[in-house]
Amino acid sequence: MDADKGRAKKMVVKNLSFFYGGSKALTDVSLDFYANQVTALIGPSGCGKSTLLRCLNRMNDLIPYSRSEGQVLLDGESIYDPKVDVVSLRRRVGMVFQKPNPFPKTIFENVAYGLRVNGVKDRSTIEQKVEDTLKNAALWEEVKERLYDSALGLSGGQQQRLCIARALAVEPEVVLMDEPASALDPIATQKIEELIHHLKKCYTIIIVTHNMQQAARVSDVTAFFYLGKLIEAGVTDTIFTRPKLKQTEEYITGRFG
Amino acid sequence: MKASQRSGQSRRRKEKSIRILFFAVASASILTLSLIIIFLFMEGVPIFEKVSLKEFILGKYWYPTYDPPEFGIFPLIVASLAVTAVASLISIPLGVMTAAYLAEIASSRLREIVKPIVELLAALPSVVIGFFGMVVVAPFLQNTFNLATGLNLFNAALMLAFMSVPTICSISEDAIFSVPKELKEASLALGATHWETIWRVIVPASISGISTAVILGMSRAMGETMVVLMVAGGAGMIPTSLFDPVRPLPASIAAEMAEAPFRGDHYSALFATGIVLFAFTLLFNLVADHVSNKYRQVGAATL
Ligand SMILES: Nc1ncnc2c1ncn2[C@@H]1O[C@H](COP(=O)(O)OP(=O)(O)OP(=O)(O)O)[C@@H](O)[C@H]1O
Ligand SMILES: [Mg+2]
Repeated sequence: MDADKGRAKKMVVKNLSFFYGGSKALTDVSLDFYANQVTALIGPSGCGKSTLLRCLNRMNDLIPYSRSEGQVLLDGESIYDPKVDVVSLRRRVGMVFQKPNPFPKTIFENVAYGLRVNGVKDRSTIEQKVEDTLKNAALWEEVKERLYDSALGLSGGQQQRLCIARALAVEPEVVLMDEPASALDPIATQKIEELIHHLKKCYTIIIVTHNMQQAARVSDVTAFFYLGKLIEAGVTDTIFTRPKLKQTEEYITGRFG
Repeated sequence: MKASQRSGQSRRRKEKSIRILFFAVASASILTLSLIIIFLFMEGVPIFEKVSLKEFILGKYWYPTYDPPEFGIFPLIVASLAVTAVASLISIPLGVMTAAYLAEIASSRLREIVKPIVELLAALPSVVIGFFGMVVVAPFLQNTFNLATGLNLFNAALMLAFMSVPTICSISEDAIFSVPKELKEASLALGATHWETIWRVIVPASISGISTAVILGMSRAMGETMVVLMVAGGAGMIPTSLFDPVRPLPASIAAEMAEAPFRGDHYSALFATGIVLFAFTLLFNLVADHVSNKYRQVGAATL
């Protein structure tokens, strides 16, 4: 990965395996995520992309009988260390879920929620932040007239952008996005892609996508997974034009079988 | 073609007769209920030829067997409201917190063991709870607080709280448990603690179910007869302290109905008391219904 030389490794995954009860969802995955880069995780359904993503902010802790082996480092420190405070870890590593999941609260409160739980009390600070973040997520124009209506009244695509705004409001260092554009129309998708492009100036972004063109457009690094294993990872341009492995090439060109 | 048409016709006929059957059964139960209500009013209303509605409801003295009798049920209404209120003060926090604990904090093993036990408590016959209040709680209260009698407002409230906790807990638990895990994850992913997530996301998302549970629990406490008959003490006075003996509405009806001369004034007055009690519990249920419609449970957004 020549292009990554000199860039800081924001997160490092070392020999990570993950088990749901007895079944193994990830096998010995090792992968680096660079600061201010977009890393795309691609691969067929069920190959463990979401599982890996959820290991990065320890969301999988919530799943009973699950277990992980190996290491995940954030700025060089293990996030699975017993000393680590999961709450502040999740504050630093934000997440946008595969399915839009806004709170049954107003649009405003959805975005303000993360600020409130993180101790921001000042009304005008919150208002300003909500407006900025909604603008950032390309949603402001559509909702500025109805900030105090229920978020559940938004369309699926709007809800997803609201969830992105909600995650960005707390200014995480790493943003995990699980197919953030799967529910969006082409225009909204383009807005999200521009947003991702814009965000990487400040954040480290890891995105799961099923859309090859999207991966090619937005990401700097692409990692291809199959059956819980990392098959190939590298600079996106290289992966898409000269993949080393035949399997990767077949998946990318849609001849996977 | 013809055969299928015919079978279509016969299916439609079957459909229609099934609909009529269900309609008939449903009407029968509604009809019976209406008859009971009509009967309640027919037997109760004549008392208002003797006393005005205002005197009946706000009258401070309930001496139905004196000469001349006094039919004021205000002390009974106060007693009912007081035992219900005190019982709720105990049962709501207890029930809702137990529910939150079971749904959110307890391990799934523990939940599977404790939930059925709580629900089993609801199956305890009220007479057994009353018995417990009489022989265990009453002497205890009497000795600890040095009272004339342990059969009083507080004892009744305590026993009623016992009775409504399972209702409140079980319905709230269902409501809390059915909050989609996506909402919980969304909150945790934003750096909220488990407690903040419960308090700011899960409870608000299940507030309609919790409110319904609370109101149904209160309505149950209000209408409960056997417990208050056994442990409330039975004095038809306006209570001035938590440890005064009282006579809630249902206790009064149950205690006196057997002695009241058929279709006499006392008899009508008891039926009128029943109407008042019915109005209260109806009110509770209407509020429960309204609340559960207003804050309709909202799940994760779907596309
Ligand atoms: N909560 C769970 N309990 C048990 N098994 C699970 C759970 N979540 C995922 N799995 C299994 O782990 C494997 C990987 O799932 P994962 O959700 O990570 O796939 P994915 O790559 O994100 O797929 P998709 O593209 O369809 O979202 C699958 O075989 C799946 O069935
Ligand atoms: Mg997935």
